[in-house]
Amino acid sequence: MKFLCIDCDEQMVFEDRQQPGDGTFAAAFRCPGCGRRMALLANPMESQLVGSLGVKIGGRELDEQPFELTRAQMVGKPDAFDDAEPSEAATAGKPGPVVWSPQAEERLSRAPTFVRGMIKRIYAEYARDQGIAEITPEVMDTARTDLGLEGM
Amino acid sequence: MMSFRTYFDVTGEDRSQLGAQVEDQRAQVRERLASVRTTVAVMSGKGGVGKSYLTASLAGELAARGRAIGVLDADLRSPTVARLLDASGPLRVVEHGVEPAAGRDGIRVISSDFLLDDGQPLTWRGPEAERHLWRGALEAGVLREFLAHVVWGTLDVLLIDLPPGADAATELAPLVPDMAGTIAVTIPSEESRRSVERAMRAARDAGLTLLGVAENMSGYACAECGHTRPLFAGDAGARLADEFQVPLLARIPFDPGAGSLVTSPSAPVGQLITHLEAALS
Repeated sequence: MKFLCIDCDEQMVFEDRQQPGDGTFAAAFRCPGCGRRMALLANPMESQLVGSLGVKIGGRELDEQPFELTRAQMVGKPDAFDDAEPSEAATAGKPGPVVWSPQAEERLSRAPTFVRGMIKRIYAEYARDQGIAEITPEVMDTARTDLGLEGM
Repeated sequence: MMSFRTYFDVTGEDRSQLGAQVEDQRAQVRERLASVRTTVAVMSGKGGVGKSYLTASLAGELAARGRAIGVLDADLRSPTVARLLDASGPLRVVEHGVEPAAGRDGIRVISSDFLLDDGQPLTWRGPEAERHLWRGALEAGVLREFLAHVVWGTLDVLLIDLPPGADAATELAPLVPDMAGTIAVTIPSEESRRSVERAMRAARDAGLTLLGVAENMSGYACAECGHTRPLFAGDAGARLADEFQVPLLARIPFDPGAGSLVTSPSAPVGQLITHLEAALS
């Protein structure tokens, strides 16, 4: 998928992606020639169709997580998964432990239990990689943008 | 009138790389299944013929012979094989995948049965509208994750219990590299023969290897007199084997003792394995 600025005949560059609500998927592109920006808005059905393939528009920032598609899309039972803590080898050389602020915990608690463990692990790993000691809602917002975690 | 360059004329990077993402998914499956010696799918065009029961029996018998066996329940909407193998969740998520549940005799099992509450049908998040358009893609995606993300380890045989339907095997085939072949399960009746014939034809046309036919409920094994008496009219197993020029792997009588086939060695399943090993060799 490529976007072309017709006036400049230049390929537009990807800038941002979000899920602003009601199932809409939005991706922003900018023309490096004239600076014009445009947004692709996919309706909920189109967003779902692409999401069902397990691919990410704008590319993957994060390796595919175990059962990522299954956990994000299926209506599953709360105790289906036992998410192991990362091993010492995985966290070696990284600051830790990471703590969650009450506000971040509250936001996390809104995610279905079926997928919560996966989301928690992704944010914790992001915080460790960035040297962040406390996960707050702001950190979650930044991680979501940086990692392309729309919908999580 | 405007004229456009083609996708490939525009030589800049495609940041989404959707094609490359799909290829990565395939590579993950290949990498994970590299330690699986043989993959066999158990199929039938018709529901209720005992596919899952046969899969569980086969897995049990092979495990009893010391083989490392995995079972992937591809019947997402009506999963049954996990319970026949006494496997249950929760599933442990580790760094590089999801550990399969352990069934009897160390059989490694993955099934949507571990993911759904009892009695809960398979449902998805997302918009209600046009659900039929993306449901198939999601189900294929879940099966891909079952193949690629489950830490199968080294297996002698991975058995895949397919859902009923003429196209179940052909839809799965692109996801499974180097599948050794399929076993078709039927009951003796003409109705079953017609249904399984379609499934076998679809599989053959898709280039899948037909390893043979197993006829289930092939008579009724009377526990009192020891004789096997007719249960269904017909000889679907033999006719299908003849039509497709494949071995009739086994004729398995209906056993009112139900679970006994799964838990203990049985002559017909043993015979099936002997034929299967010959076909695989």
